[in-house]
Order: sequence, then structure tokens, then C-alpha cells
Amino acid sequence: MASGVKPRVKVPKTASAGETIEIKTLISHTMESGQRKDSDGNVIPRSIINRFTAEFNGQNVIDVTLEPAISTNPYFQFEAIVPETGEFLFKWYDDDGSVYEETKAVTVS
Amino acid sequence: MKLTRRNLLITSSAGMAALAMGSLPAFASLTDDEIAKITGGAELGEGAITLDAPEIAENGNTVPIGVSAPGAVSIVLFADGNPVPNVATFKFGPLSGSRTASTRIRLARTQNVIAIAEMEDGSFQKASANIKVTIGGCGG
Repeated sequence: MASGVKPRVKVPKTASAGETIEIKTLISHTMESGQRKDSDGNVIPRSIINRFTAEFNGQNVIDVTLEPAISTNPYFQFEAIVPETGEFLFKWYDDDGSVYEETKAVTVS
Repeated sequence: MKLTRRNLLITSSAGMAALAMGSLPAFASLTDDEIAKITGGAELGEGAITLDAPEIAENGNTVPIGVSAPGAVSIVLFADGNPVPNVATFKFGPLSGSRTASTRIRLARTQNVIAIAEMEDGSFQKASANIKVTIGGCGG
């Protein structure tokens, strides 16, 4: 596993029912593309996050398939509809099988 | 043919020319193949999808890209000059707001970035942007 993987998510704490809110996510990850070579000319093996999903109370918001062409520290910005009070669950799937998770609660007033 | 310096130059330059001519369509068709795989050869409309991209990217390692297609089910991004043309696939779920997504991508050199959106009615939309890259983002 790439060390020091730390997800960061920015979600508003409150929203009105049915409102569309903007979500920004960032995760620190080297996203080794598998194209680079080390100083001895050996190819550095690919190690990336290959999938990112966001869901709210079990309902899918976005499902992204990542390829090596996504930059280091993958960043995503998207919009979600908040029908009721609940929790966002964000998941990042690493090539090595690990899954990084982050949750954010939103209160509908 | 006798292997003289002149003959060698002629044959090698002809070979180089053939190589150069051959490699350009090869790259383009690689992307076209990937697009055809998604669309199944369907007609590509334009206009309902917008692609936000800088005209000039100084650093090919992080190029900000934004796509927006109201009514899209999914959006696929391609970069036709990268070693692997696929960049990302966004699938929008029921709670997705405006079918908008932004991210940062790597570009190996100056090239076209192409976005293909699959709409709710099964049709496809295409948008592309040419991005000039000063420093490529492929390392090594």
C-alpha cells in the first residue's frame, strides 16, 4: 500500500431538503502510472486508485473509474442532491485491494 | 544493393517516414476504437456536453478538466496522445446533482481531450478540446 494515504472531503454541514450541494474530495496517493522508469531503467509497477464512489444513505451519487492518467492526489468535484438528513460515504479502491473510507454527515434543516 | 552510405541514408529515411506516417493514425484509431467500444458505432451528437479545459497547460502532470452534460448517465474522458487513451469514467447515480464533474489529469504531450457522454435516451454526445502541454506528464 502506498503509505500516508489520507482522504479529505469537503461537504457543507447543513442543507435544505432537496438542495444540490457541491462536494470536493481529495486523497493523497502517488498514483504510480506504470509508465515511469527508475534510475536503473526498470519500470516502476503501476499502483493507483482504480475506483472512487460516493453514496448518500446507501444511494449512489457518483461512481468513477480511474485510469493511470489521473494525477497524483486524485481530486474530484461534483454535485449531489440531499433529500433528507443522512450521511455521505466515500470509498476509494486501491490497486492493492485496500479500500479507504470517509464519512460526512449532513443535517437537513 | 550494395551497402553504401548513400543507400543506407535513402532506405533509413524512407523507413523513418513510413514510421512517422504510420504512428499518427495509429494513435488516433486507438482512441476511436475505445470510443466505438462504448458507443457501438452510434452517431455522436454535439452541443449537450461541455468540456472545460485550459488552452495551455504548463505542467502536464496536473491539468484541470471539468465536464458537464445535463441528462447524462455517464461521461468517459479520453486523451488521444497518452500511452493509454482512457482517462476516467464517471457514472452518475440517482442522487447526482447536475451531472458535473471536475478532476485533474495527466497529459503526456500536446493533444486532444475528448469527452463522450451517454445520455438517458441512449444517444451519445461528444466534446473535445485541444490542450497545449509545455512539460509532459509521463515522467521517465
